[in-house]
Amino acid sequence: MSMTFEKLKEIREETLNRMNLRGFPSDKPNAPYRWSVAICMETSCMSSKSPQIKQRLLDLIVRDGKENEIEVVGTGCFGLCEAGPIVIVRPGDTFYYRLDVEDIDRIYESHLLGGEPVRDLIYPESITDDGYLSYFEIPFMAHQERVALRSSGHIDPEDIREYIALGGYEALYKALVEMTPDDVIDVITESGLRGRGGGGFITGRKWRATQASPGDEKFIICNADEGEPGAFMDRSILEGDPHSVIEAMTIAGYAIGSDQGYVYVRAEYPIAVERLEKAIGQANDLGLLGANIFGTGFSFNLEIRLGAGAFVCGETTALAASIEGRRGMPRSRPPYSADKGLWGKPTMINNVETFANVPYIILNGAEAFKKVGTENSPGTKVLALSGKIKNVGLVEIPMGTTLRQLVEEIGGGIPNGKAFKAVQTGGPSGGCIGPELLDTPIDFDRLAEIGSMMGPGGMIVLDEDVCAVDVARFYMDFIVDESCGKCTPCREGTKRMLEILIDITEGRGDETSIPRLERLARTTELASLCGLGQTAANPILSTLKSFRDEYEAHIKEKRCPAGVCKALTNNLTKDD
Amino acid sequence: MVSHINSEERQKEIAAFERDLERIKDGRGMLMLALHLAQNRFGYVPSDVQRIIADTLKVPLSTVYGVVTFYSRFTLIPRGRCDLSICTGTTCYIQGAEELLKEAEETLGIKDGETSPDGNFSLSTTRCVGACSLAPVVTVNGEVHGRMTVQEMKKLLADLKKQYLSQPESNEDK
Repeated sequence: MSMTFEKLKEIREETLNRMNLRGFPSDKPNAPYRWSVAICMETSCMSSKSPQIKQRLLDLIVRDGKENEIEVVGTGCFGLCEAGPIVIVRPGDTFYYRLDVEDIDRIYESHLLGGEPVRDLIYPESITDDGYLSYFEIPFMAHQERVALRSSGHIDPEDIREYIALGGYEALYKALVEMTPDDVIDVITESGLRGRGGGGFITGRKWRATQASPGDEKFIICNADEGEPGAFMDRSILEGDPHSVIEAMTIAGYAIGSDQGYVYVRAEYPIAVERLEKAIGQANDLGLLGANIFGTGFSFNLEIRLGAGAFVCGETTALAASIEGRRGMPRSRPPYSADKGLWGKPTMINNVETFANVPYIILNGAEAFKKVGTENSPGTKVLALSGKIKNVGLVEIPMGTTLRQLVEEIGGGIPNGKAFKAVQTGGPSGGCIGPELLDTPIDFDRLAEIGSMMGPGGMIVLDEDVCAVDVARFYMDFIVDESCGKCTPCREGTKRMLEILIDITEGRGDETSIPRLERLARTTELASLCGLGQTAANPILSTLKSFRDEYEAHIKEKRCPAGVCKALTNNLTKDD
Repeated sequence: MVSHINSEERQKEIAAFERDLERIKDGRGMLMLALHLAQNRFGYVPSDVQRIIADTLKVPLSTVYGVVTFYSRFTLIPRGRCDLSICTGTTCYIQGAEELLKEAEETLGIKDGETSPDGNFSLSTTRCVGACSLAPVVTVNGEVHGRMTVQEMKKLLADLKKQYLSQPESNEDK
């Protein structure tokens, strides 16, 4: 079918009417539901049986014929995955946590039929003297600001109409009908949006370069190969709000002059792939993808390509090789992807979260986007907070929030009375940030200044029981596995560094170990072909900076202060 | 997954696979997709299947082999009927994934990357399934089991052994 603005508005009005309980400004008097129950259908909650909870609730509703009073919505991520499976009852945004399947019976009887919330199933931190805080008022949500995740938790990601109800595809209409490709790129550039995949490159500049590159065939790629361990931001966006990415890619296609896009997504994310497939199908059915979108003559086609478990494919030239059906090995640049990318054609590659910000910017303008964040890193950043931290989950914070606010306030601190040791950012390419640097604001430049990097957004908190040398060894082991083997500095350098680290953790380190590590680190950094090798030594260099004494204890005293390195456990640690 | 079937059934699977290939062979860059189809259907990418892919997509066999061996998801040995995978991403690692791997290796008598001779079990490690809030996690034929302890791992392994060793071999999951 072909889509018009009137038709889009019609879908929006129609759908909003039945979404009145979900906190959006449409309190139409003909509001049909008394209760709206949102159940998180994201990988983490789903493996804690949220689909069974949803089914059981639906069964109860059908049994009693309450279909017109209670709506049940499977949504994307709320954020506090630690408390999953998460069920939110609206109005009130009452937050039920870690439910067993049978618990939903009590919520149904007492809360939905009787109007009385079930106190012992409610998240403890949301209970106050005079009632219950809404999910969005709990301490975990303090400091958070949702832009990329704006619809996650509110809409059913498998229903395009709910995306449209919240203004979805209006940015696409605005871009196609009211703006020229240059206007679109200007707004993205003015917004200061930087690549959320970790590099922090100015997005608008990338779009401009690809637009300016001559060629009658160009490609848009969404990099959803979230290979960094401890990262699940992109997966959550794809699972919770796939249309935001589809809409943004179509806008990008219009801006640079491309009619073909690919989403390159990890095969390890089956739910994300399934939702994306469904979403692409629905967008095609409504004429929001495909030929002659909004009758403007602009066409855009979108396909999914699956990765197959190779970390290096996050690198843009390796990613393009993989889509072409080759070994995912990077090549030297230039030429850059903007000139010669996929199949040798101009190609623009952005990451999932970068795209998710685009419709918001087009619709609300560059100034609105710049209202949050720092001068050089405007906007927000989605982070995956995990490890030895109380509130594990997905958070979205304004750039410039400090690591301390993230760990202590949003994260709720370290469990079991343990001491904070470091937060690991940027995965195998990033570094460990020790307690002395906790007041560093989270933005691209400040994290780079202290020798770490923003990276895609995995933030893994380490406590005193984790050995810094062992963590460096862990990451080097990962890199050795994932190095593609094309260039010598990375292939050999990382192996030698791993050997030295193993020696240190097994008690064979000597006074040459650290100087040799540092020299190899510099060589690998300088001489490697791609980002994987160039940043491979960061975990070593950053732990050496903050925890040099630990390395020395392993080498000189043959002692592992954290008591992790088994070969050294016969030697007493401080605490013993 | 059909890694353990008799030759007649296998011929049928091969024929079905060839039909899948026919559908995609004219697309651009279809080798990865072809290999995913093969891995999903056969549980691995055997050499005769690689040859079929090479012939149909008109790419050299060496290229097919090169791509198969580059990506960890494609394997040259059959995955077991019960495919156990231990996540060794950072978060799972610091929450004790190594202990879980050790337990699985000892109980099943196979190492990371191996399949048991009877074809019942295969064991692998994976780098992050993105369920870090449930760390450490283990997947059984893709299903995530979270917040595992060594104790729970023992129980899970015992259950799986009971389930898979008592089943006749032809009883496939799919």
